[in-house]
Amino acid sequence: MLFSESTVILGIETSCDETAAAVVMGGNDVLSSVVATQIDLHARYGGVVPEIASRAHVEAMNVVIRQAVLQSGVPIERIDAVAATVGPGLIGALLVGVAAAKSVALVLDKPFIGVNHLEAHLYAALLDDPHVEFPMLVVLVSGGNTLFVEMRSHGDFSVIGQTIDDAAGEAFDKVARFLDLGHPGGPAIDRIALTGNAHAIDFPRAMLHDGLDVSFSGLKTSVINYVRKNPTVSTADVAASFQYAVVDVLAAKARKAAHQIGAKTVALGGGVAANSLLRSTMTTVCQESGWRLVLPSMGMCTDNAAMIASAGWYRLVADGPSSMDMGAMPNLKLT
Amino acid sequence: MGNTVGQIACVAVKLVSIMIILSIDTATDGVSVAIADGTRFLASSEMRSEKQHAEVLTTMIDFVRKQAGVSFGDVGAIAVDIGPGLFTGMRVGIASAKAIAQVLDVPIIGVTSLDILATAVAETDDVIACVIDARRGEVYWSLYRYIDGKLHQVTAPQASTVEECALQTIDRGQSTIFVGNGALRYRNEIELVVAGVLPRFDFADEMAALPTAVVLAQIAHERALRQEWQDADTLVPEYLRLPDAEINWATRSAS
Ligand SMILES: [Zn+2]
Repeated sequence: MLFSESTVILGIETSCDETAAAVVMGGNDVLSSVVATQIDLHARYGGVVPEIASRAHVEAMNVVIRQAVLQSGVPIERIDAVAATVGPGLIGALLVGVAAAKSVALVLDKPFIGVNHLEAHLYAALLDDPHVEFPMLVVLVSGGNTLFVEMRSHGDFSVIGQTIDDAAGEAFDKVARFLDLGHPGGPAIDRIALTGNAHAIDFPRAMLHDGLDVSFSGLKTSVINYVRKNPTVSTADVAASFQYAVVDVLAAKARKAAHQIGAKTVALGGGVAANSLLRSTMTTVCQESGWRLVLPSMGMCTDNAAMIASAGWYRLVADGPSSMDMGAMPNLKLT
Repeated sequence: MGNTVGQIACVAVKLVSIMIILSIDTATDGVSVAIADGTRFLASSEMRSEKQHAEVLTTMIDFVRKQAGVSFGDVGAIAVDIGPGLFTGMRVGIASAKAIAQVLDVPIIGVTSLDILATAVAETDDVIACVIDARRGEVYWSLYRYIDGKLHQVTAPQASTVEECALQTIDRGQSTIFVGNGALRYRNEIELVVAGVLPRFDFADEMAALPTAVVLAQIAHERALRQEWQDADTLVPEYLRLPDAEINWATRSAS
């Protein structure tokens, strides 16, 4: 079968705490995107509990697939291929989506495509704005990753910088937990920071000299130390100053990385791409340097299946289907 | 009028009696798939391995389907082992079965691993103790008896220590046959408790230690005849054990 812009792909995503399914035509025409979040199930544990996530995926999977297919208006037998996240992620959670996706593909006698979750995040920004000029710098910032990715063309990319310790989103979560702001930490800090003074406290920026790598572990520690020494400090000021420090580091490294690769386009991806300060700062940075900035819509920052279907389409066109013997790869890297 | 209803019921039962059932079992250390047409076996395949359920299952289903010479469109119901067993392993089979049932728009029949083990034992006057290894020194277990030629579950399935399970068989005081990978793994511990107390006891051998899709298909056929099926959307696994995080949370909240 020839794959084209009219190829319809069912995407499935279960790598962490969202059960998601989507139907996408070609690489970026999103016909439907359904996400069932488990945030409430994990809230009291202060983080995602793998076994609870896996159980919730099994319970939600069918309904989520059914809704995505219904909303797309495409009958399920007209689906041309099924894509699912095979990694990285929680093994038990991934396996639910992989098993369901392979089964749907088998019964429909259509190809299965195993998708790298991180590669899918690179494509998330492009879903709203597909006609990018390469080379493109993608700043992928989430709870699990902080990556600066050089994308030379579709499917051709390399990681040119990353965190050496905590991911940016992880730092947000840890600081939010320490400040008692709840889980997930990103949106909570973003919200309270609006009422605080970002210049109140000068937290350290670990620039790590000349390279493109970043570090957030020291920043997190200095926030904790500062609050212990100054117990009466305004939480909003701490949150705002912390957020400012994170965004400052990310923006500085992104500027450097974009210059280095001669970027024409810069894109953000991952949950932290929803952060309002990061979005506004990157808008300014890109305007100053003449790079076109592609910002994913809010729904495409966090985990969803439309980006899985989209990345699946590009993979299918480039490499053809995956083997039906493919399992989950919890430690898959972006290469 | 009554006649007409009777006739319709007859037609329905006749259709069910030749229904092709695809059955899937990944709840323990094995992957097992079978296709049966009424009471006739068309094909089956089995593999014993603790891992790789997800890698093997899809290809195995396709292999068995081709061996059976049926198309997916011919399949009238999906049967699946819903556990208890290995959480990650059983979810692979359950997620697959649910997805297949949804796409084919056919009902699903969920059967516990304990029921499957018990059904594999030939009719006997002994109590049948089905015992599945739950790791960490615990077992999932339930007791069964044949009454008037029919198999009955006489205790609710539960997760407990091996000792607790053995003590419960003593409570009944009847000759007992222990079945399952849990019974074999903890054979010595069980013998310590029941030897000299039960009139007679025995252990089913290694071949009967794991539930299989072939026996599952047999149970599913009987349930299909009684129209006892479920909806793929709402079928849930039988874990018998809460996630550790929930147990710890409850303990902490209580203290
Ligand atoms: Zn993600």
